[in-house]
Amino acid sequence: MRSRKPLALFAAAAFVLAGCGGGGGDASTEGPVTLTWWHNRTTEPMKSKWQQIADDFHKTHPNTSFTIEPLQNEQFQTKVPLALQGNTPPDLFQQWGGGALADQLKSGKLADITQASSGWIGPLAKNADGWKTGGKQYGAPYLMHAVGFWYRKDIFATAGITSTPTTVDELNAAVTKLKTAGVVPIALGGKDRWPDAFYWAYFAVRQCSVDTLKKAVEKTELTDPCFLKAGENLKSFLDTKPFQDGFVGTPAQQGAGSSAGLVANGKAAMELQGDWNPDVMQALTEDKEIGSKIGWFPFPSVPGGQGDPSVLLGGGDGFSCTTRAAKACAEFLGHLVGDDVQKILAETNSGLPVTPAGVSALKSEPHKQIAEAMTKASYLQFYFDTAFPTKVGQALNDTIANFFAGQGGPDTIVKSVSEAAAGNK
Amino acid sequence: MMSAAITTRPPTAPVPHAPAAGGTRRRSRLRQRLELAFLLTPALVLFIGFVLIPIGVAGYYSLYSWNGFGPLTDFVGLDNYVAAFSGDVFQGAIGHNLIIATLSIVVQLPLSIGLALLLNRKLRGRTFLRMVVFAPYVLSEAVTAVIWLLMLQPGGFIDEILRGVGLGGFVQLWLADQSLVLYTLFVVITWKYIGFGVILLLAGLQGVPPELREAAALDGASAWQTTRHVVLPLLGPTIRIWVFLSVIGSLQLFDLVWIMTLGGPANASTTMATYLVDHGFKRYEFGFGSAVAVILFIICFLFALVYQRFALRRDTQGALTGVR
Repeated sequence: MRSRKPLALFAAAAFVLAGCGGGGGDASTEGPVTLTWWHNRTTEPMKSKWQQIADDFHKTHPNTSFTIEPLQNEQFQTKVPLALQGNTPPDLFQQWGGGALADQLKSGKLADITQASSGWIGPLAKNADGWKTGGKQYGAPYLMHAVGFWYRKDIFATAGITSTPTTVDELNAAVTKLKTAGVVPIALGGKDRWPDAFYWAYFAVRQCSVDTLKKAVEKTELTDPCFLKAGENLKSFLDTKPFQDGFVGTPAQQGAGSSAGLVANGKAAMELQGDWNPDVMQALTEDKEIGSKIGWFPFPSVPGGQGDPSVLLGGGDGFSCTTRAAKACAEFLGHLVGDDVQKILAETNSGLPVTPAGVSALKSEPHKQIAEAMTKASYLQFYFDTAFPTKVGQALNDTIANFFAGQGGPDTIVKSVSEAAAGNK
Repeated sequence: MMSAAITTRPPTAPVPHAPAAGGTRRRSRLRQRLELAFLLTPALVLFIGFVLIPIGVAGYYSLYSWNGFGPLTDFVGLDNYVAAFSGDVFQGAIGHNLIIATLSIVVQLPLSIGLALLLNRKLRGRTFLRMVVFAPYVLSEAVTAVIWLLMLQPGGFIDEILRGVGLGGFVQLWLADQSLVLYTLFVVITWKYIGFGVILLLAGLQGVPPELREAAALDGASAWQTTRHVVLPLLGPTIRIWVFLSVIGSLQLFDLVWIMTLGGPANASTTMATYLVDHGFKRYEFGFGSAVAVILFIICFLFALVYQRFALRRDTQGALTGVR
């Protein structure tokens, strides 16, 4: 293949430089195998938890050993395509599923684990869908995530808000009360763009029926009028100016001035964020009691919307296997979704366990609440930037962020998807 | 390139070997070639493997619509280049790079010269002051960016300082105001890189012979006249090198912008390099990203060639050109 030559040359050079010979072992044969594992937990406690889990697995499966390489989240964007294009991809790597997974399939290196996972995928139910393409399983989640409003119970009480908003009108009323009380109603990390996208996505999820949502992702288009209406609803919401000053320049997670930091330090009352937010907040404040001061409620329903109010926006952390050692890898994935590991993961509060057994081991109140909402939800809408092919998802995020900064309208957002899908830059 | 550029003229041309008997000369020439081959090969291999080939490969990828997975099959010719140049965001990015480059010459250069002249004088605590000016340059770009990102948040350190000294009216949404963000970034860039210019110019000032100043003083030249007509002309080579490095740096500006604003809000601070990463890597459009990379490379390369040819010609004679 002509086109592969330069890369082969690089791969060869990389080999010589790294001085590694590649751990032999054929695709499906039995025998000792060493799995190279790229995960994204570079910080404690999860970093050592993964190490421990791998060590334990090795004890019961002496033929399987691990070479673990923790990588920063952002590194996966650049390293995974390169690795999959080369000849020695990792055997097991962080996989967010959806459109990126479909993109990666084109490399031909991802292992179809439909057969290998049939023994253990059952309890995951709909959680495993995001790692499925064309009816085949190309990976599995180990933790799920869902987005909702995190709020300060103490500030809500001070502002005289007695119950959490269940409709957008109630949310607007709460925003007014909080403004009167002199607090920023909602913190938003607009610099990072993806938090903006949560809002548009939720207005779409509340406006559009589940079937419409599914079809939109399937066809990579937002032609249904409900998506336009969602943008208009978002516009009216933005017009109430619920966010802090200069939110388009605010980072989501860095420092006390970030959106999570503002809530953690009592400067803002709410933030629409993922289930991971309590940990982020704890790192940004001296307040050791923050965990007990915050509560969670799902995104309110939108009057007139056809969307099911139980539907959640979210995603998950999972792993995909590559073909070299797919058998051992799939076996290990099965171990990760087994009760023992799921219980360990539940205790870290770093996501929602993927099986009922894991969910029952959750300790923190808000996480129990989110897991319950997740169980009840008729559908989990994947973050649109993950559900769509990567180039479309990122174009959508950028357009939404521009919309938050005052550029473009509801129609621009809708159009960005079809234009990106058509290959326009 | 930098080290080659900073090294000024080599002392003198090597003294040719005294003529010797034919055989010896041939043998020594062979030896010289072997030495050259031996010493140059490692560097050459690295340069070819990690600079020239990647540039060529990027040029090749740029002709395809390719998301980084699987073989390149979708040949699109120059479409990627057309798409880049016809897009508002990329046009804006080029404009932002040019603004930063112009501002660095107009603002940073006089500032650097002023500080260098000041710090070249005998004054108390000179070493300390030099260190203070140079310190930001030693910080990594990422650290600088995060520090300033935090300080520039509404109600952050900068706002509080302004309010503290009674300048509360000047407080702005530094990173959120679309018409201001680029200039905020420029201030941070200046803070970060001014030390480098000052150190470079201080080194240049060491090369100004004190006798010339003395002679000028004896002739009745004022301090300003001495500076203007004796010192500055002799600083010429240093200034020209600084301008070169500064413009190239401005064209390639990435880290600070990426961490502080991601090119936002609404693309108000996008540079060519942030656009490249945003579209090439974040969107998995490696063909298109390669085209942007090639454009960036050509712009920098053309500037370097033209500047070397016209501005740096005398300064680098012998170092970058053949000895005459």
